[in-house]
Amino acid sequence: MPRAKRSMPEKVSVQCRVNGHDATLLDFPMARLLDALREQLSLTGIKEGCGEGECGACSIEMDGRLVNSCLVPVAQAEGATIRTIEGVADGEQLHEVQQAIITHGGAQCGICTPGMILAAVNLLEHNGRPTEAEVRVALAGNLCRCTGYTKIFESVLAAVTVAEARD
Amino acid sequence: MTNPSIGRSIPRKEGREKVTGRARYVDDMTLPGMLFGATVRSPIARGRLRGIRFGEGLPWNELTTVTAKDIPGKNSIVLLEDDQPCLAAELVNHAEEAVVLLAHRDKYLIEEARRAVQLEIERLPAIFSIDDSLACKEIIWRADNVFKSLRVDKGDVDAALAEAEFVVEGEYETGAQEQLYIEPQGMIAEANGRDGVTVWGSLQCPYYVHKALAALFALPAEKIRVVQMETGGGFGGKEEYPSMIAAHAALLAWKSGRPVKMIYDRAEDMAATTKRHPSRTRHRTGVTRDGKIVAMDIDFTLDGGAYMTLSPVVLSRGTIHAAGPYDCANVRIRSRAVATNFPPHGAFRGFGAPQSVFALERHLDQVAKVVGLAPDELRRRNFVREGQTLAVGQVVHEKIDMNELMERAFELSGYRAKRERLARENPGSTIKRGIGFASFLHGAGFTGSGEDYLASVAEVEATSEGKIRVCAASTEMGQGTNTIFSQIAADALGLECSSVEVVQPDTAHVPNSGPTVASRTCMIVGKLVESAALGVKQSLLQNGFLREEDGHDAFAGACRLYIEKFGPLRASSRYSPSPEIHWDDAHYRGDAYGAYGWGVYVAEVSVDTLTGETRVEDFVAAQEVGRVINPVLAAGQIEGGVAQGVGFALYENVVWRDGRMINNQMTNYIMPTSMDVPPIRVYFEELPYARGPAGAKGIGELPLDGTAPAIINAVENATGIVVRRVPLTPEILLDALDAAREKVHA
Ligand code: FES
Ligand code: FES
Repeated sequence: MPRAKRSMPEKVSVQCRVNGHDATLLDFPMARLLDALREQLSLTGIKEGCGEGECGACSIEMDGRLVNSCLVPVAQAEGATIRTIEGVADGEQLHEVQQAIITHGGAQCGICTPGMILAAVNLLEHNGRPTEAEVRVALAGNLCRCTGYTKIFESVLAAVTVAEARD
Repeated sequence: MTNPSIGRSIPRKEGREKVTGRARYVDDMTLPGMLFGATVRSPIARGRLRGIRFGEGLPWNELTTVTAKDIPGKNSIVLLEDDQPCLAAELVNHAEEAVVLLAHRDKYLIEEARRAVQLEIERLPAIFSIDDSLACKEIIWRADNVFKSLRVDKGDVDAALAEAEFVVEGEYETGAQEQLYIEPQGMIAEANGRDGVTVWGSLQCPYYVHKALAALFALPAEKIRVVQMETGGGFGGKEEYPSMIAAHAALLAWKSGRPVKMIYDRAEDMAATTKRHPSRTRHRTGVTRDGKIVAMDIDFTLDGGAYMTLSPVVLSRGTIHAAGPYDCANVRIRSRAVATNFPPHGAFRGFGAPQSVFALERHLDQVAKVVGLAPDELRRRNFVREGQTLAVGQVVHEKIDMNELMERAFELSGYRAKRERLARENPGSTIKRGIGFASFLHGAGFTGSGEDYLASVAEVEATSEGKIRVCAASTEMGQGTNTIFSQIAADALGLECSSVEVVQPDTAHVPNSGPTVASRTCMIVGKLVESAALGVKQSLLQNGFLREEDGHDAFAGACRLYIEKFGPLRASSRYSPSPEIHWDDAHYRGDAYGAYGWGVYVAEVSVDTLTGETRVEDFVAAQEVGRVINPVLAAGQIEGGVAQGVGFALYENVVWRDGRMINNQMTNYIMPTSMDVPPIRVYFEELPYARGPAGAKGIGELPLDGTAPAIINAVENATGIVVRRVPLTPEILLDALDAAREKVHA
């Protein structure tokens, strides 16, 4: 039986704000936001660990919420405000969570780190003084195979202390 | 003099790149005109390849297709042997074995094309168990399905067993475990007849890939270049398999004339790449009335999967570790790695030792019960001491005191008080708590004469600005190579750590410092880095550009003068066999490892007897690993290893059907999350090791050995259930609890 000819939908143009800049993505509506951001905007700090919403390596912030960009169709980004790991530091000035991860050994191979940092930053924006238990819950969607998480918890809690001392 | 950096928690060298998302992993790299590659794999575990059909409706003329006949050199992934083909040509020996390769610039199309290729395979009977393999139900590998067998003999086991007051027997098993690095495997290749083959990838051992590619393309060594990109975790999983992906990507690049990127998705990575060898261990142990172990008869078998890969070496480590850190006059270990039609099992952190240590430490808790001693008292009466010999006859020269280490671990965990209290509190509760421990050792570096054969080299170069460049093929994959090499080189030269750069491993530029495996990078290669750095200093001293009493500020000037006069300032150092280390490979006797790490791990668990769920509530990891170069990195190694051990013990269950992994997704293969890991308290005892850099030994694999048996020993303490197999999933534990209840009622 002859195969049906492959039918591809038309690409659409999606306007959004990414890391403080206006951006246009041109892609199939159901293409993954993960790929569009990595390939069209070169935001390769976003990682793919599983492609099915389990590992959190692809975590980004969309309108203030933490999402797995491997599960978000590009079309959904229309009008959205997006933050990726590339938008976490203020120029060369690292965010407290980034600095603490370096100081306290919260990153080993580093592949989970961008997603982990976004999850932690997102937590701190909603809850400035989390307990360790709250940190654990907030990071439960971000898998790390290297650290055993202990130093990630330490890093996040240390970042809180630094942020408090600063404010 | 600058402040020495060894012993301080210098922040990870490449930390800034990693926290900003700038670190470049292989999938972050793109080359102009690059195609995407895909692999067509056998769905069948064993069979004869009859044909390949390319389905209709796809523009096959636009696609690059590669089969075995396109291989310019030898169709094999050369490692220890050349039994594993790069692409199956006639016979298929395991499911997911690669048969056809495809490349195209459109990665959506390539996926469709992959599914449109049909392999016509005539099914042959396959074997999926150690017993069927040993019984030669089918002969699937050479004459007898045995990749390697080993035998360790010490004293007279049969006589000692005959005389022993107690003989305790037991059988233990461990399952396959997926490494589950969060970055899946991947490579980019460029290849043509003029320039040869270059690959960039996620890998642990650049020179393994180099060797495999040279044979595959029948090219001289200088025509092959392997570059390691930032690597998102390895744990052994990127030790041998990257040679396969590199080969596939390079064949597609060779045929298409375009760069080819090949990145596995998670499902393919889990189904097709190596896992920890499943194992079975049988113990027969003779003990005197007062708890002295007088005979250990151990039978250890690994399931190696369809091809040899590294099974003989995994077997070796598992065998040597099977008798643990105990003094016993009569030991017999018989072991073998056998072929089955599973995808080849391979390297995974611990490399055979977690399997045999699990069996031994579970078994000793059974022995203790039979003899009527507490588990710690049994160990106390049998720990090896300085001057005594291990199973392979190696005299322990280290000043280790395992009793002291055990007491330290008990103090930190409150072991004794908890053991009493939990026993009091458990009755009447559906949640049972328990505490258990395991004691173990782990040899650092290659086994026996392995390091002599490797003869690794590291190089240190100084620039005219007084900066130091460390060149080695040892890779950073999260464990801290860049940072500890910088610390070691900096201290050797009296410089700041920030003056040292560790060069990206690239076979065109770095010498072969051996594979990044076996907890050898710090201890063996670190020592070479230290000597090479001292060599640079020596050149400056000898030529009068530097005096011993000069401070570090004189260093840069001295380098400049030297380079102006003589050109490049470099020194290299090659591993030289130690006159004190003797190993007899034929009889498996002698100094198996230059040094050991020693550990006592304590786990506290709670078991919900209604759901069968086990949680690790608290964990203490006490170990002696020589001088600790970087406390934060070292503790991170232990914590991460313990978490993987928690997975090995309780969660990580590979489900096979007809030789295929069917739960090859993160949704149904469960690794520990942030909610599952206990607080982990890490304690280091430091006895400097004379042949390690600044006294350091190896550390990376150690934590995998002790974690699972400590946890399962705690489960037995909590529930009274004798568990002999990991992973201990809730279903298995519930069945065991039900069976125990029925027994009580009967
Ligand atoms: S890649 Fe998106 S959750 Fe794993
Ligand atoms: S640091 Fe490697 S996965 Fe988290």
